[in-house]
Amino acid sequence: MRARVVGLLFLSLAQSAHAAGGAADGATPWWVWPAGLFVACFLMGIVAVPAGIGGGTLFVPIIGSFFPFHLDFVRGAGLLVALASALSAGPMLLRGGLANLRLALPLALLASASSIAGAVLGLAMPSNLIQIALGALVLAIVALMLVSKKSEFPQVAQPDRLGQALALHGVFIDRASGQVVNWRVHRTIPGLFVFLGIGVLAGMFGIGAGWANVPALNLLMGVPLKIAAGTSGLVLSLVDSSAAWVYINQGAVLPMIAVPSVVGMMLGARIGARLLDRLSGSVVRRLVITLLLFAGARALLKGLGWWP
Amino acid sequence: MVAVNQALRDTSSADPAVDEAQLRYARLLDWGTRIGLVLLLTSFVAYVSGLLPSQVPLERLPELWNQPVHRYLALTGVSTGWSWVTLLHHGDVLGLAGIAVLAGCSGLCLLSVLQLYRARNDNAYLLLCLAQVAVLLLAASGLLNAGH
Repeated sequence: MRARVVGLLFLSLAQSAHAAGGAADGATPWWVWPAGLFVACFLMGIVAVPAGIGGGTLFVPIIGSFFPFHLDFVRGAGLLVALASALSAGPMLLRGGLANLRLALPLALLASASSIAGAVLGLAMPSNLIQIALGALVLAIVALMLVSKKSEFPQVAQPDRLGQALALHGVFIDRASGQVVNWRVHRTIPGLFVFLGIGVLAGMFGIGAGWANVPALNLLMGVPLKIAAGTSGLVLSLVDSSAAWVYINQGAVLPMIAVPSVVGMMLGARIGARLLDRLSGSVVRRLVITLLLFAGARALLKGLGWWP
Repeated sequence: MVAVNQALRDTSSADPAVDEAQLRYARLLDWGTRIGLVLLLTSFVAYVSGLLPSQVPLERLPELWNQPVHRYLALTGVSTGWSWVTLLHHGDVLGLAGIAVLAGCSGLCLLSVLQLYRARNDNAYLLLCLAQVAVLLLAASGLLNAGH
């Protein structure tokens, strides 16, 4: 019931914002948009946690579709939303041993280098092409959300040589179950290539990359799910830092868009985490998938010129 | 994300088995994030309340934020790169300082663990940290430009 209320609130806000955006005639006071952005991000923060998706992933397609801001500024703000969330969670995850610095560094190095290339490329590309690519990416994320599987404790029969050389292994105590888990990685080189691609997408679209990081670490490299989720945030903090500098230097970060987004999303995420046990995860997840499908289709059609 | 939230609940204190470099990195990251967020929020309050003047008038924003960035820059005369550092008395520009702290604090965290890796003769990670810092510096330098 609560999930439906949140969903209805969210959809009505998105529709009104879109309608008003179409009528951006200068009669609307300037503060309406940052206030609406704050509320939208607060609601996104609430639903992002139980839906099992990073707020940064929701931000660019939804705000880009329903608010009058140009995609250049939305992507700049999206990077900061994802960066601030990753930085805030990082210290606690690192102290608790759920984010692993050794594991994150080689992956983040390649991903952050490629994220710079992605950001430069993304800011140089024509807007309609970016819209089309964003629409396609969002629809691909939806497909990944629908089909992706997770493995709590993947079996790694034989660690690869590079993983051994870099000592990519560890022990963590799963406090939920009390289980002591010895973990190690395999397929390190394919993993590095995947993170190279993830970096390009993160920089180009300003979209949080947890949706790609976690499956790559968990399903490809054999990292336990909780370590994969924690380390994904650490990788994200380094990748988004690099890409964010490109957007800052190009003037594509407007504090008036970025600050309400960051604050709204962080406050919403706190509420979402508290409601985690009360909201139906599957209902919220379906709602988010529907919203992303709509936003992805809109971005695609907008880029093609079929939806103004 | 659900796994992260479960993890956050499970990590109320430092795990004694956690590597010292990781703990040092976490400590600095915590402070960097706090300083960045406080600066971001206070500058924003000063900006929207009119306590500090803004480089681009607030009333003009609705006609500007729907433009591509190159057009926005042409219409406002806002410069790119590090020129904002000389304009920190403007509320909107001061917000960039908070953002820069958030985007820069990971680099300082990496520099802080170099000495630990060096003491252990962990040359691979010493190089990885230096390379990561170099990437962040390259990104921050503004040498890489994009244009429509």
